Order: sequence, then C-alpha cells, then structure tokens
Amino acid sequence: MDATTAAGLVGNIAVVGYGLAAVGPGIGVGLVVSKTIESIARQPELASRLQVTMWLGIAFTEALALIGLATPFIFA
Amino acid sequence: MSRVIALASSEESGGGFHAPSIDEFYPQIVAFEGTPFALNRIMLIRLFIVLVLVVLFWLVTNQFKKAQATKNFVPSRFQLLGEIALNFVRTSIAHEQLGKKDGDRFLPLLTTIFFTVLGMNITGIIPGFNIAGTSVIGLPIVLAAATYVTFIYAGVKHHGLKFFKVATVPAGVPGAFLPLVFVIELLSTFILRPVTLALRLTMNMIAGHLLLVLCFSATQFFFFNSEGFFKLFGAGTFLFGFAFTLFEILVAFLQAYVFTLLTTVYIQLSLADEH
Repeated sequence: MDATTAAGLVGNIAVVGYGLAAVGPGIGVGLVVSKTIESIARQPELASRLQVTMWLGIAFTEALALIGLATPFIFA
Repeated sequence: MSRVIALASSEESGGGFHAPSIDEFYPQIVAFEGTPFALNRIMLIRLFIVLVLVVLFWLVTNQFKKAQATKNFVPSRFQLLGEIALNFVRTSIAHEQLGKKDGDRFLPLLTTIFFTVLGMNITGIIPGFNIAGTSVIGLPIVLAAATYVTFIYAGVKHHGLKFFKVATVPAGVPGAFLPLVFVIELLSTFILRPVTLALRLTMNMIAGHLLLVLCFSATQFFFFNSEGFFKLFGAGTFLFGFAFTLFEILVAFLQAYVFTLLTTVYIQLSLADEH
C-alpha cells in the first residue's frame, strides 16, 4: 500500500497543479491592477490610456494561469 | 462541509449531483454524423450567431447607405447603436493603437474579429444556448490564425524579409546574450502569440461555463435532492450563479476587447521601426 492510499487521498494531482499555476498570475494581475490604480490616482487625465495598457498587462499575465488550466486536458 | 460532500457523493449514483466535466463541451452530434461536417449543439449555435451577425450588419450598413443616399444624417436609434458599436472598434482600438492610416487599413479584420468573438462569447449566458461558441478551441484557432497571418503580412509588407530579423533580434542586446534572446523572441513571437491568443479565449469560456454549471447544478441538487437545512445552501449557490452570470457578460465583452486589442498590438509591433 503506498502513501497516498494509506492517507486516504483520492483525486487528481492536476487540481494541485492548477492551484500552483494560479498563484503566480494571481499575484501578477494584482500587481498590474494596483500599479494602474496608483498611476490613475496620480494622473487621472491618463486614465483611459493606462486602462488599455492594464488590460494588455492582465491579458499577458493571465495567459499563464490559463495555460495551467489547459495542461490537464492536454496531458490527461 | 464534509457532510455536504458525503451527501453529494452518496447521491451521485441516484442521479443527484452532477459535477461538470469536460464532456459538457462535446454534446451529441445531431446531423451529418460520420462526415467532416458533423453538427452538434455548439456548431449549430455558431451557425446561428453567424447568421445573426450577418443580418445585423446588413441592417445597420443598409441604414448607413440610406443616410448617404438621402443626405439625412440624423441617425435612428438602431443606427446609432450600430454606429456606437462600430466606432468603438474604430476609434478606441484601431485608431488609438495604429493611428488613422494603418488603423483604417486593418479595420475590416479588427471589426470582424471583435464582433465574431463577442457574438460567440455572449451565447454562453443566453438562456437556451448556455454555451459559448468559442468554448471549443476550433473557432479561436481560426481567429488566432487570422491574426498570425495578418501580423506577419503587415511586418513583411513594411520591412520586407528583414521583418523576421527585426522581430527576433532586438537592437541593443549585448552579443553574449544574443542567442538566448533570439530563442526567447522566436518562441514568444511566432509560437506563443497565436497559441496564447487561442488558449486565452477558449480557457476563459470553458472556465466560465464550468463555473456556471457547477453553481446551477449545485442549486438544483440542494433544492431537490437534499433535506431540511441543506436546502438553504441552494439559495447561496443560486446567488453565486447569478453573480457569475453577470461576471460572464463582462468576460464576454472583455475577451472580445482583449483579443482585438492584442491583434492590434501585434500588428503595431510588426509595423514599428527598428530603433
């Protein structure tokens, strides 16, 4: 009997994997948004341009989490 | 909480709680089974949305033509809606990132991408459809391929074959790092860009759909299959489901915007001159 069955653990390791994959992008998106809010507070007249850049930054950062979400389906 | 899970799993055999799985995205084939043109529910939804988009665009542009012909430029409400939608892509995406000249050059593609993605995404929350046309990877791959071809075309047209050097060898990198930077740039520009474009859209839609299914199937389970006090949980999951539906509307718009914006930025990067 191996360790996981002894401990009564069932499920898929991919779940833990996705949890790990979500940590980095989570922090990343938070940083992007927080910095944008800071910048808008300093220079409200740039808000629209900063927001476009913010969405771009979020899109790039978030891609990592979404690749993490895709991997279990690909390597299943 | 463990009691709820135990309850849920004990009911599983008796047709109680159905956890959502990836099978949601492969519904039964309804027509032309066995041929490459097999149609399932998602394909039918896509075809329907294409039809809706064509009709809407035909109606709106027809109004524009009528306004041109009669010189009556006061728009009707319907026409105004079309103008706002089309102008959004034109001014706040194309012109903002590419400038007037290049923006108008690539506007047909950008408008097509924006409204296709938006239309296909929004079916995810329309009752009766309940699944996004973009939640299976085929359509996002087609759109990403269109972007891929376009930004390479834009670059080659602007720089000639030197574009591939401009795109992979940034100026001002010390010689020792050049091989490393070359490999990274090659990967990120020519492989990761289209892959992440397609994956971002699909995965957002898959995650959204799974969340909604989870919320509403849990609601169904709590209301009809659990006893007494647990029925209260149903109200909570229903509220969550409702909130996520609103969130999905936002995501549908946002993903359409992001996809179009990224296409624009990639084209802009291809057109940018060496420094």
